[in-house]
Formats: sequence, structure tokens, C-alpha cells
Amino acid sequence: MAKSRIGRAEQRSGWLFIAPTLVLLGLFMVYPIIWSLWMSFQTGRGMSHSFGGLTNIIRLTQDPVFLRALTNTGIFLVVQVPIMIVLALLFAAALNNPKLRFRGFFRTAIFLPCVTSLVAYSILFKSMFASDGVINDLAIALHLMDAPISWLGDPFWARTVIILAITWRWTGYNMIFYLAAMQNVDKSIYEAARIDGVPAWARFVYITLPMLKPVILFTTVISTIGTLQLFDEVNNITMGGPSDSTLTLSLYIYNLTFKFMPSLGYAATVSYVIVILVAVLSFLQFLVARDRKA
Amino acid sequence: MTGLKLRGVRKSYDAVEVIKGVDLDIAPGEFVVFVGPSGCGKSTLLRMIAGLEEISGGDLFIGDKRMNDVDPAQRGIAMVFQSYALYPHMTVRENMGFALRFAKKPKDEIAQAVNEAARILELGPLLDRRPKDLSGGQRQRVAIGRAIVSHPDVFLFDEPLSNLDAELRVHMRIEVARLHKELATTIIYVTHDQVEAMTLADKIVVMRAGVVEQVGSPLALYDDPDNLFVAGFIGSPKMNFLAGVVEQDTVRLPEFGNQSIPLGHLTHPPAQGSEVTVGIRPESFKRGGDAGLELTIEIVEHLGNESFAYARQSGGQMLTLATENGRSLQPGQRIAARFNPAQIMVFDKSGQRIR
Repeated sequence: MAKSRIGRAEQRSGWLFIAPTLVLLGLFMVYPIIWSLWMSFQTGRGMSHSFGGLTNIIRLTQDPVFLRALTNTGIFLVVQVPIMIVLALLFAAALNNPKLRFRGFFRTAIFLPCVTSLVAYSILFKSMFASDGVINDLAIALHLMDAPISWLGDPFWARTVIILAITWRWTGYNMIFYLAAMQNVDKSIYEAARIDGVPAWARFVYITLPMLKPVILFTTVISTIGTLQLFDEVNNITMGGPSDSTLTLSLYIYNLTFKFMPSLGYAATVSYVIVILVAVLSFLQFLVARDRKA
Repeated sequence: MTGLKLRGVRKSYDAVEVIKGVDLDIAPGEFVVFVGPSGCGKSTLLRMIAGLEEISGGDLFIGDKRMNDVDPAQRGIAMVFQSYALYPHMTVRENMGFALRFAKKPKDEIAQAVNEAARILELGPLLDRRPKDLSGGQRQRVAIGRAIVSHPDVFLFDEPLSNLDAELRVHMRIEVARLHKELATTIIYVTHDQVEAMTLADKIVVMRAGVVEQVGSPLALYDDPDNLFVAGFIGSPKMNFLAGVVEQDTVRLPEFGNQSIPLGHLTHPPAQGSEVTVGIRPESFKRGGDAGLELTIEIVEHLGNESFAYARQSGGQMLTLATENGRSLQPGQRIAARFNPAQIMVFDKSGQRIR
């Protein structure tokens, strides 16, 4: 009896402790998620909308701008994430070398971009890559090219600038995870490998990489999600241009909601495309990285 | 079979010298144990032989070749680490064959070498498991197996049994001894456990603070230590050290109510009045000895096969006695602890043995 009364009292205080969080989470997370799911089946403009069934999903397949945004996001994902992951791994391996001089400086320098504001650095990149920006001026002064490149006016270069920008911003972030993981590896494993006559490149490929697999998986998933939600950079550097060549899904959702005639139902549908993409891609990544038993 | 020669080997980190000039000869096929308290430099010395630490001064020869600047992989050595250092994502088979893959050995030869090592170490059923699915003892056997497959000239063991529990340690100790018999390869083995050193070694190297204190066979070190440190380090339980003052042919022991014991037969007896330390091993106390000390027993420990008595006189220093009739002893009991004066050792003020 007494025991169960204590148990019930503990239960009650437990719930009391988490109640504020639960209320806030429910109000600002669970409710909007469910509401947006409901919204994604609504059609109509502005505040007047009605249930449209699968209309929005059919509209997706016929909307060239959506397909454009989907393709662009895919390009960013496929090109940028691998480049960034490989770069981060190489930086981490280099910074993990105890013989490297000025390690602290390099570590800080590579991580520093992560603490800068997304908008601030985007504006900086925009000005650097402007037609009369510092990049063009410098390249011409160094005779690397004859005429200025219209970085933000050409679809290929605009995408390149976006990829450069997010790589600069996020490589250090991923590197820190790898560095932390590498520093946790028992040093004598590498010493054993040295005595075994395993060359440095093979130590990296056959020992470091497999041991970092869980962390690589984690950062890949995080980076994939991040890229699918790419918004600040494109909105501030290129506004999705030129002619939608850097338009991402997130920016398109924003435009659908706030820029064009508000089409909240359709915007919610596009949002759920991102949700499904994240789920599918994460599942695939876990599938690829799973431990295969011999 | 390959021997080793160390000549004035030194190691310093900036201004701090951690290995202060080691001279050592290791015969081919010999089982040498470096022993000493933690921080004495024994592991550092082993890692210098392995090539994992640079040698700051002196010469290291493995066989006839000077190896100071040779890559670890080219020294003909294999090493077993305290943490096992297995590749966690590889199976036992892959762990053992990994080095041979990079030695460009054909696949069937690798398989044969791995199977042979697995047979010697009875690892056959575990070959397809990963290290995380093995017990500590099994992991250490795999680490040893990984060392065996490359057929090294010299095996280096860095405190290989420290992470195992007591029972397994005894078992693995016997395994290592058996392995040395079977392979007949030179082994250098680092430990802080003097029991491991005594049971395994052909030759023990006792180290302290970067200096070799004494080199010799286990029994030579036990019977005839050069100094206080070696005398205290070798033997379990530890040798008793009694502070004394030399008088004529006896030593007066102020801590023990000024009782006197005979000095024994010394070739170079110390001057009268000089302060010395007398060493008596716990097992030297025997009935019917020619000398004795009046003591009061404080604590008795019964281990079954033997009993240890801890005794002293009126609040003085505590002595350990391995007694024959220990079962009948009681705390508080007064005894005359007899011993043979020929078995005591005398050390001068600097800790050097007076013979």
C-alpha cells in the first residue's frame, strides 16, 4: 500500500516536472506539425481554402518551379555534402597529427565560420562575389582571368558560389565531430599498425575511416537534412536566381507562403516533400552503413 | 634467433631525461623482463626498442644492425600492448592477417600463417568474431597471435596482463611461458609485477627512475640484491628493513628496544657507529635460528597454506613474518622470532649492499 502511494506521488511529481515542456512542445511543435499535415490537403489562396484531397500532390508533379527547386536541392546535396565530408575528414586527420605546428590556430580558423551568423556571412559572400567584388578584382589583378566573371548572374557560377559558401560555413562543424572521434581512438592501435608495417594512407583508409563510421553516418545525415533545408544562403546571396537556378525547396516554400499570392496548403505539401526526403535518405544512409555480419 | 645490444641508450623530453644511459645485452632466445615501479622508464625503453619513441642518445643493435633510425616495421619486432590494440572493426582472422596483407604475402600463405597462430593459441573457434565479442583473455591471445604471424625476431610485451583479473593473469602467464618454449624467440617483457618477472624471466632488469639498478636471473636477484631498492622490489611479501647502528660485531636496533643482532659474515664490515639498514626476508624467520628478536604480534593473516604475522616492539616499526606455526599464533602474543644471521643483508646509508 505505502509503496504504491509513494510510487503514485513520484509519478505525479514526475509529470509535473515535464508538464511545462510538454505543453510548450505540444503547442509549438506537435500542433503545427499536425496542422500543417492537414493544411497540405487544403487548396485555395490567402485565407480562403477548402479541402482538396490529392489536388496539391497532383499539382506538385506538374509544377515546373517545384521540379526545378527539387533538382537544385538534389544538385547541392549530391555535390556539396560529399565534398564537405571528405574535406572535414582530411582537415581532422591533419589537425589530429601531434607534430603539426600551430594546431590550435588552424583548429580555431577552421571552426570559426560555424559561429558566424548565416545572414552576415551570406551578405559578405554576396559582396565578395559581386561583379565588382573583391574576388573578381583580385583574380584580374593576379592575371588569373581577363574579364570579370558574373558570379551571381550565371547559373553554373551562382550554384558554385552557393556550394562554396555552405562548404566554408559547415566544414569546420563536421570536422570537430571527426576530431573528437579521432582523439578517442586508442593510440596504441596506430602504433600496432606502424609496427605491422601498415603505410600511413592505409592506416587512414583501413583503420581511421572504419572506426569513424558511426560519426561519418551521423554527420552525413545531419548535413543531408541541413542541405534539404537550405534557405538563408540562397535567399541572401542569389534570391534563388538567376532564373531559379539556385532556388531550393525551402526557398520555394517561403516564396509560396510569403512572396506570391499566399498558397499555404500547397506550401505545406512541399514541406512534406522535404520530410519524406529526409526520412528516405536517412534510412538509406543507415542501411548502407549498417554492420554487416560475416 | 636474434639478440639485442643497448649501449648508453638515453631518452630525454626537452630538458627532462627519462632514460639515463642504459647498457644491456640480451642473448638470442632469452626471455628478459624489465621490471620496476610505474614511471621508472621501463615502457619507454621498450618503446624505444620498438621504434615508437625516438632514441635521444646511444646505440641500439638488434642482431648486428644498428636500429636507432630504422622504421618500426623494419626492425623485425612484434609488439603486444597492454590495451591489446586490436583493430575493433576487424574479425580475429583479419586482425591477425592485417600485417601480412601489407607485406604483400599471397592469400593462401596469410591463411596458413593465421591458422598456425590460431592453433598455437587455441583461437580456432574465435577466428570470425570481432574483438568486442571476446573476453579480456581472448583479446590478449589475439594480440599475441597478431604478433606471432609475422614471425618476428623479437617479441615485445608491454604489460600485457595488467588488464586481466588475477586468475586469468596466472593462466596467461603460463601461456606466455609455454609460448616462449614453443617459439624459442627472444622476448622482452615489461611489467610492474615482480611475480610475473620472477616466474617468466631468464633475466630480470630492475629499473628505477630511468636507471638500471641490477640485471640478473630471478634467483640471483632474490638471493643477492645489489641495493636496498632491488632487495625491496624482488620478493613477496616485501623484505623487512630495520634501521640499525653498527657496534663491534653486532647491529643495535633502536626501533626494537635497542636489541642487538649479529652482523653476520661480511668481507668489508662497516665502521663502528655507522648507520645501516638490515634486511630480513619474512621467510627467513625460522625456528631454531641462531639469532632472535623479541616481538609482540599485532595481526595474523591466514592464507591457508601459510600465515603471515605482523609484529613489532612497543609501537616501533612493523615486521612481516612468514611463520611455520602461524595457525597457533594470536594477536598480543609475545614471541622470540628466530632467524639465521647468515641470511640477513646489510645496506649502507646510500642503500648499497655491504657484502
